Amino acid sequence: MTGSSRSLTGGLSQRDSWRSMPRFVPWLALAVVAFVVLPFVGNDYLFSAVLIPFLVLSLAGLGLNILTGYTGQLSLGSAAFMAVGAFATYNFQLRIPALPLLVSVALGGLSASLVGVAFGLPSLRIKGFYLIVSTLAAQFFVEWVLTKFSWFSNDNSSGVITAPRLVVLGQDLSSPAGRYLLTLAIVSVLTLVAFNLLHSQTGRNWMAVRDMDTAARVLGIPIVRAKVQAFAVSSFYCGVAGALWAFAYLGTVEPHGFDLDRSFQVLFIVIIGGLGSLSGAFWGAAFIVLLPILLGNLASTFLSGIIEPGHVENLQKVVFGSLIIFFLIKEPEGIARLVRSIRHRLSIWPLEH
Amino acid sequence: MQFFFEVLVGGLLAGLMYSLVALGFVLIYKASGVFNFAQGAMVLFAALAFVTIVEHGVPFWAALLGTLLIMLVLAVAIERIALRPLVNRPPMTLFMATLGLSFVIEGLAQTLFGAQVHGLELGIEDVPITFAGVSASKLDLFAAGTAGALVLVLALLFNRTRLGLALRAVADDPLAALAIGVDLRRVWAVVWAVSGVVGLVAGLLWGARLGVQFSLSLIVLKALPVLIIGGLDSIAGTIVGGLLIGATEKLAEVYIGPAFGGGIENWFPYLLALGFLLIKPSGLFGEVRVERA
Repeated sequence: MTGSSRSLTGGLSQRDSWRSMPRFVPWLALAVVAFVVLPFVGNDYLFSAVLIPFLVLSLAGLGLNILTGYTGQLSLGSAAFMAVGAFATYNFQLRIPALPLLVSVALGGLSASLVGVAFGLPSLRIKGFYLIVSTLAAQFFVEWVLTKFSWFSNDNSSGVITAPRLVVLGQDLSSPAGRYLLTLAIVSVLTLVAFNLLHSQTGRNWMAVRDMDTAARVLGIPIVRAKVQAFAVSSFYCGVAGALWAFAYLGTVEPHGFDLDRSFQVLFIVIIGGLGSLSGAFWGAAFIVLLPILLGNLASTFLSGIIEPGHVENLQKVVFGSLIIFFLIKEPEGIARLVRSIRHRLSIWPLEH
Repeated sequence: MQFFFEVLVGGLLAGLMYSLVALGFVLIYKASGVFNFAQGAMVLFAALAFVTIVEHGVPFWAALLGTLLIMLVLAVAIERIALRPLVNRPPMTLFMATLGLSFVIEGLAQTLFGAQVHGLELGIEDVPITFAGVSASKLDLFAAGTAGALVLVLALLFNRTRLGLALRAVADDPLAALAIGVDLRRVWAVVWAVSGVVGLVAGLLWGARLGVQFSLSLIVLKALPVLIIGGLDSIAGTIVGGLLIGATEKLAEVYIGPAFGGGIENWFPYLLALGFLLIKPSGLFGEVRVERA
């Protein structure tokens, strides 16, 4: 766009002032709404059924996006790393009661990192689709370990763990609004960290590995370190997301809550939202959380009596799968890209080229 | 010792049942470079369609023909709706499209044919017959024979016919294949149809063993390690991979499993496949791609 010729028209000067607005302003507004306005106006349903799962899944999506979207390593084991994060956090809280909650969550994330690196090491030798064996091995192995060895769930026979008291700095955050704020704070901080990481040398190394790792190696990029880092960081994010999923969202969780379907869910978030896009994880998560609610409501208003409830679930599957294919065909870069083009259209509206 | 052999034979035969599923994967990968996660859903779809037709009183062979037609229509529809717009996209995108596809097919199958468990009679009983002191299931033997025959036919198709040549050309480089006049759309439709047929065979045999139900689509997860050990693009590899996985899985379950409290069959094949890959990163018989920067 050439700014000089366009500023001749009156409407555009306004647009120019909108453009010259400091970049942090919209983000600040978003933060104010999320941290200050929503806790007061939101109700429990909004927090527990919409916002908390949305934020947690965004975080998991962010984790997978670092690995798959930015480093190009396909993973079908996100749920396993989430499970490690949840169960490790639980055990740190249980066995070292003096540990503050946030420290336990961080340690849980680090445990997930370790497991992630262990199952990521084969990526140094195995490439492409062959690599899904490694992450699937993680998926099934972790699920089995957590079910089989009841030590991890404090000898609960079916492996169920229950949330510890959610207290941060003396504040009890057990209410829906409190759990929302806890989740929001953690997700915000980690998103900022991810943003900076991706715009640093580390992030550029990851993208070089994604685009072509042989070429990256030729350029002198330490691809071993880049891949291991990507697995570690990605699993850390998934681990923290798992801990939040278990304790801030569900309250109690069993190992099968982190099964292969959960991994696919996180993968779909990344695909639908946009591979290799930070905001994509959030768009994708919003989509995944809202779509079933929307479809369920639609079905109960329009189709109740016509279709039995069991079929609704199947139809939901069909709609879901179709949407994934639709996105891959029409907008391979996901909702994030869609939003960007809409924003661009708006910024030149109504005087299109 | 006889017990050992019985476990071994049982495992080898079960492994060939996995090969049947893995074969569908290899076909599509070999002919289009697509890693088709929807193969399990196709197995489920085929089995459900067949059982539903039979339950409406249609005789066996007519039902088989009917299901065959349904699978062909499904294959062409998949090619037309999902794959054609995705030509020349990265393999990862195509893989994810097949993930979506598996959701669609599973949902459709259960909407159209219901979700309850159906029995399936092939006229071959699942009873053991004994040979040289080692007994094996009749159904298993039949499945093994079928898998062997299928592999032979498909290997001939790929290596000895013009169609096979076209398939391999497309897999190697779709653009180049297009440039020399290979009809990509026809090739893809054919290959999905063939893998639909393979899915039907696998669906019938697995359905006879487990009953036709949703969990049939999960045998994809059993077939994956088989596929990976054999190599994604090797037809013969599926057989070798199947034998390897089947035998070690059963032996491990019997001899190592108790030490861990059992239930290791879910992840053991994957660790095994991982071990193989660390030595041979493209599977035992997979094509090794030379990388150039």
